[in-house]
Order: sequence, then C-alpha cells, then structure tokens
Amino acid sequence: MNNNNNHHSGVSVEVRGLRKSFNSQEVLKGIDFEVKPGEIFVIMGPSGSGKSVLLKHLIGLEPPDGGEILINGESLQSEQTLEKYRLAMVFQSGALLNSLTVGENVGLYLVEHRLKPPAEIATIVSQKLRDVGLADAAEKTPAELSGGMKKRAAIARALVTEPQLILYDEPTSELDPLSAVVVGEEILKLKGRTGVTSVVVSHDRDLAFGIADRIAFISEGRIIAIGPSDEIKKSRNPVVQKFLRADIKLESPSKNV
Amino acid sequence: MFENIGEMILLFWRTLLALPLAWRQRQKIFDQFFEIGNASLLMVCMLSFFIGAVLALQTGPVLVERSLASAVGGIVGYAMAKEMAPVMMAILIAGRIGSAMAAEIGSMRVYQEIDALRTMNINPIHYLVLPRLVALAAALPMLVIFAILVGWFGGAVVAEANNQIAIPFQAFYSDLRQVVKLKDVANGVFKSFCFAIIIGVVSCHQGMMTIGGPRGIGRSVTKAVVNSIVAIVFFDYFLTRVLLNEQQ
Repeated sequence: MNNNNNHHSGVSVEVRGLRKSFNSQEVLKGIDFEVKPGEIFVIMGPSGSGKSVLLKHLIGLEPPDGGEILINGESLQSEQTLEKYRLAMVFQSGALLNSLTVGENVGLYLVEHRLKPPAEIATIVSQKLRDVGLADAAEKTPAELSGGMKKRAAIARALVTEPQLILYDEPTSELDPLSAVVVGEEILKLKGRTGVTSVVVSHDRDLAFGIADRIAFISEGRIIAIGPSDEIKKSRNPVVQKFLRADIKLESPSKNV
Repeated sequence: MFENIGEMILLFWRTLLALPLAWRQRQKIFDQFFEIGNASLLMVCMLSFFIGAVLALQTGPVLVERSLASAVGGIVGYAMAKEMAPVMMAILIAGRIGSAMAAEIGSMRVYQEIDALRTMNINPIHYLVLPRLVALAAALPMLVIFAILVGWFGGAVVAEANNQIAIPFQAFYSDLRQVVKLKDVANGVFKSFCFAIIIGVVSCHQGMMTIGGPRGIGRSVTKAVVNSIVAIVFFDYFLTRVLLNEQQ
C-alpha cells in the first residue's frame, strides 16, 4: 500500500495463532502458517470453513481477536506496516466500482494518490488491461463485462499498485472452465513476471493443484493439512480425502422409470 | 441507538478533518452538487409554490375578515423564510437524495467496493462521504433560497387571485418587505445548512453500516430517510430556540 516503495519482489507472510469470532461463533480457531516470498500459496477448504475471513485478516480489513500476522517479520496491525508494503486483493465478485468505467477502476489507485500525471496513468492503465487481455474494455462499465472479464479487470486493478503480496478470494468462482483456466494462467504469469507473493483462497481443486507451490487445507477454522500439492493429494486426513474425492453422482429419476 | 449516534458524530468529525482535501475532490463534489440540483429543482419549485399558496389561502380570508389584510404578506413571507422552506425542503431532500446516498453507499458496502477502496489505501470517508456532505451542505441552502422566493410568489398569486383575499401583488410584497428582514432569510438558510449536514451524515452512516444484501440495502434506505426526518424535526426545535434567543 506504500506509494513510494518501488521494488517488486514478494514479501513473506507469517500467521501465528490467528483467532476470530463473530458474536459467539468462533470462525478462526488458531491458524498458523507461513508463506515464502514469491510463493503461490493456496488455502483450500469447503464453504464456510473461514477461508475468506482469513484472507480479510491478511490485508487488514478485519482485526484479529488473537494471534498476529507478520509481513516480512513486521506486524500487520501496525499502520506503518500497511504503509510500507504494497498489498492488493482480488475480490470474489471483482468488486469493481460500478460508477466508474473499467479504465477508471484500473487507474483509481494512481489517480487518488496522485502518483503519476494523467497521460502516464492512461498509458499504465492500457498496459495493465493489455496484460490481462482486456485491451478494448477500458471504456466499458463493469456491468458490461462477463464474470471472467470482471475478475481479470480486478487483477489489472491490483497490478497497478505493483503489489508485493496479492490475495485472491475465490478467483474462479462463477466462471466457466475456460475462463477459470485463463485466470489461473494470469496468476502464474504474474508470479513469473514480478515475483509477487500470492495467497489464493479457493475450493476449486483444479485451480489449486494447477497453480499452487503449497496448499493449506482449512476446515472448521483450523488448518488440518499443509504442504506441496502431491502431499495434500496423498493426505490421509479423512476430511481432506472426502473433499478431494467428492464428486457429483446424481441419478436422474427418469432412469428409474 | 446511542452507539449509532456516537458513530455518526465520529463520522462527522472525520469528515470535518478531511475538509482540507475537499479541493482535491472538487470534481466529485461538483458531480454530486449537479445531481442534487438536477434531481430536486423542479420538485422544490412545485412544493414551495403550493406551500406559499396554501399559507396564503389558509390565513388570507381569516385576516381579511378581521381587517388585517396587510398581515398576509408578512405571515406568508415570515413562515416561508424561517420555517416552511427549510424544513419542507430538508424533508424533500432527505427523501430524494438521502435515500439515494444510503442506497449507493450501501450497495458499495454489500458488494465489497468499499473494502476494495480500503485495500487500495483510499479512505472511504474522503472518497465517498466528503464529496456528498460538502455538495449537500452547499446545495440545500441554495435550494431553500429558491424555495423561499417561489413560495412568496405562490402566496402572492393566491392572495391576488382569490376573491376572498384579493390583495394586489404590489401590496403583498410591500407588506412582506416590512415584516421579513434579511436576517430572517439568513436564519432559514442557516437552518437548512444544519439540516443538510444532518441528512448527509445520517444517510452516509446508514450506507456505510449496511449489511446483508439487497434486503439490507432496503433497510438502510428506510432508516436513512426516517432517521433524517426525525432528526430534522428534533433539531429544528432547538435551532429555532437558539436563533430566537439570538434575535432578542
């Protein structure tokens, strides 16, 4: 989020004993993990397991009830840390501002912080939109975009900040398989190009195993398995196995007639 | 309730602290100002014309019957300037603009647009609340000046056209000028400035606090309008007391 910090390399993230409750319901029950600089770290788990809440903590949108989050060893709860490091998030819905065009959305960070002159901002916006395959979408409104295009526009908006840590909340939800592949490829390309640290929350198994350096499996507010993709696939934890092997097997009533 | 009041005071204070940034947000302020004026001007004209007309219609025949025809212009002028225009226009704006503000900010909150602003280190108070509050605080007093003039005109038209009153235009305005001083108009305009801040703070606060999807947005809009109107009527009494004491 810093306006002046210009190096691109990713940061490390350390989560220690993170706890969070809403009313009387404990959503995060002591989360511990570490993400290395430049790593793609996927947090996988069923719906309602606390993945998105965890992600909001990683960018300072939610204050923890207990535990701490360290970015390059510095506490995220300090305003200075939020100022020092550039953190970005791609929301599940894209969260593009509907009152602005796609181009204005992408350039919003630069315009509001007055980091560049307008002509340079226009060039950067075009470049970022080209990077995500939306070169012609600058003048469109978010309402005119498909789900996949919204996600890619949100990625372009995140890229403008030249982030050191980028968080993705369910980046392939509501997308058709082809659009999901495109988004997955964008995440990989971004890592290759900038070395950014990526934390991806998803229950999409194909995406997780396709892009992850390491995967953490979260269930009922706890990390129950963590490691590289192969290790997770071989996990003997019954919850992990049930999730990985879940398949829709429905029989049409007409078959029984 | 007290928690809400505390939050609103805090929101107002933070917006006040952000006032030096208003120049940077001038385009947004101008857009909001245009929207408020554009959306409300015709309605303001219609409403204030008929309020002035009804005031003349209600008081005129009674006063003429008691040989007090010269008081009609003063009563209409005084009531419009000090009470009817600021309060009625504030209620109109709470309904038209306050509801729109609560709905827009509420949907931005529900669909995570405000969270997105925060992740970009853009303060939602600077980006969303400040332009709306400044635009409203500038627009409502202007609309009230307009409403006062149109209301006076409405009263004058009825006073002349109605057979039971039959006071000529010139006589109506001459009586009005004798009673209504510039300070009375300034009082009404000051009241409307205070009401604009109330509407802006209440509506933006409701929008920022929205939870729970479309139903939550609907709830916020209703609360924004109802709470604004209650606050306007409540503060109107105390403002009137203070302004009357000032005059004495």
